[in-house]
Amino acid sequence: MASITIRDVKKSYAKSQVVHGVDLDIASGEFVVILGPSGCGKSTLLRMIAGLEDISGGTIAIDGIVVNKLEPRERGCAMVFQNYALYPHMSVAQNIGYSLKVAGVPAAERTQRIQAVARTLELEHLLDRKPMALSGGQRQRVAMGRAMIREPKVFLFDEPLSNLDAKLRVQMRSEIRKLHRRLNATSVFVTHDQVEAMTLADRLVVMNGGRVEQVGTPGEVYSRPASRFVATFVGAPAMNMLEGTVELDGLSLLGGSRRLAVQRAGLAVGTQVAVGIRPEAVRLVAPGTAGALDATVDLVEELGAGRVIYVDLDGASFSVMTSEAVHPEPGSTVGLRFSPDDLHFFSSDTGTRIEVFKASVPEPAL
Amino acid sequence: MEKRVTFSSWTIGILFAVPQLLLIFTFFYWPAGQAVYWSLTLQQPWGGGNIWVGLDNFRSILSNADYWNSITASLVFAGISTGLAMFIALVLAALTDRQLAGSRFYRVVLIWPYGIAAPALAMAFRFILAPEAGFMAVVNQVWPGFWDPGLDGADAMASIIIAFSWKYVGYNFIFFLAAFQAIPRSLIEAAAMDGSGVMRRFRDIQFPLITPTIFFLLVINITESFQDSFGIVDIMTSGGPANATNLMVYKIYSDGFKGLDYSGAAAQSIILMLLIIVLTIFQFRFIERRVHYR
Repeated sequence: MASITIRDVKKSYAKSQVVHGVDLDIASGEFVVILGPSGCGKSTLLRMIAGLEDISGGTIAIDGIVVNKLEPRERGCAMVFQNYALYPHMSVAQNIGYSLKVAGVPAAERTQRIQAVARTLELEHLLDRKPMALSGGQRQRVAMGRAMIREPKVFLFDEPLSNLDAKLRVQMRSEIRKLHRRLNATSVFVTHDQVEAMTLADRLVVMNGGRVEQVGTPGEVYSRPASRFVATFVGAPAMNMLEGTVELDGLSLLGGSRRLAVQRAGLAVGTQVAVGIRPEAVRLVAPGTAGALDATVDLVEELGAGRVIYVDLDGASFSVMTSEAVHPEPGSTVGLRFSPDDLHFFSSDTGTRIEVFKASVPEPAL
Repeated sequence: MEKRVTFSSWTIGILFAVPQLLLIFTFFYWPAGQAVYWSLTLQQPWGGGNIWVGLDNFRSILSNADYWNSITASLVFAGISTGLAMFIALVLAALTDRQLAGSRFYRVVLIWPYGIAAPALAMAFRFILAPEAGFMAVVNQVWPGFWDPGLDGADAMASIIIAFSWKYVGYNFIFFLAAFQAIPRSLIEAAAMDGSGVMRRFRDIQFPLITPTIFFLLVINITESFQDSFGIVDIMTSGGPANATNLMVYKIYSDGFKGLDYSGAAAQSIILMLLIIVLTIFQFRFIERRVHYR
């Protein structure tokens, strides 16, 4: 149980800077997920918390104590690695108990604690096996056990589920969640998988290019993305983005072929904006319906429970997710309808969210 | 899954193997067979056929104190030079593994000694370790009589051990470094997270994981120290002083080609071969058990 305070943390290697001044407060007992594409600096940030990477600038404090210069073992963190990093020459019991052995815990107590952890993780019958003889899910649990046994102040997870198959990933996800509910230890979880991030996080940190784009609950990040990057990165299929220009009485979209009647709210005429709409917020209606945009169907992806329909909107690609029993043929024309409340606006220059617009329904250009 | 090529007919398989079998037969089994034959006969120095003598050659060799002295010298040489070459290489590789900048450079530079022919490096070490000039002369100036491989058997043994170890440090280093590099970084990091310091990590994680390499190098180094030492001994000490460095492989040469005792030399080479076989079996039998293969 410990809070983590990250202040203006930077990381640079010889030629390039990979983390540009990150600020983050993680409360005691919180489950924080850092989400971002590969190379965004999320793993580097986690490794700096762990003490496996030097901190080039700024400070990281755990429970109010700055840990910049402390060795990993002095920070009270435990880490679960992406490839599990189990010691191949040790049995499961030895793997789990290694940290206790290093700490000089007597053998009897060690055995007892290994047993307790093994019981929690249902590994009791595997204690004598070598990691080679375990399945992916079992290895994952051993790695968890190795982290748990130390009763650390902070749990760090570095994409621990990415080597598992889809079914096991879902199962381990809920196990990690349950475990956190029981142990209630501060946890930082790094992933590039947004479903994992949404389902696990108390709070989500979205990173891109070494910077934090947004911090918030999964719901906030989904419903009010702070930037164009977050909007397109969180949610699958990705949010549709249409380029537009501010005009006197609204917005002109797609080089003027479509129009949105919205209030200008102080933005200068001619300002470039991006309009976002989630595929799941779009409804399919009959072509020619008043207030709907007509588009040509390109491709239909069947998902079982629903389908993703990719349409061509005056040359721009646009996706619609529907669970209704509609099966439009590629080449046919459909109408797209959405509520103005579901539109997101971002600055074309900086990509930041613009709150000022109140949209009305789109109309075809005159 | 491992794919194995299979041939439907025996003949194709045998045809593929023939060139290799021919080479092995011509350059290994045939000479070895000849040596066995000579060791059981008395070959006359000026020709004129062989006389069958059974095991007399072996009896006469094994009852000779000089020969036992040679075995002892060979074992001392093998033990110390293997230990030295492996220990130094292990330390260098462990240090290099931590700081990888320029490791390619080390790799190239450290493999060179292995590429130098034994007599050439022996010549160099003969000068380097000469008692009358260079560095050792300075030491002798301070402690007169401290170093003289020409008179002191122990000094002579030290000289050939140094020369041989120098050659094999490079060879061992390459293998050790490769073994260290093959250990996933995350294992070391996991151990660091588990609270293990540098030395502890080396003992608990890295060392057990490179045991297959250590075992391989042990077998190779011991075998080579019995065989590859010839050139070094020949150039540096010629087996002297007073037979102190007359290793088995050198004694075979000097008895056979200088003493013209072909049969005795053949018998000695059979004994050397048996000794290496026994040592290798011993290593596989008793040391390999402690190896963790991944």
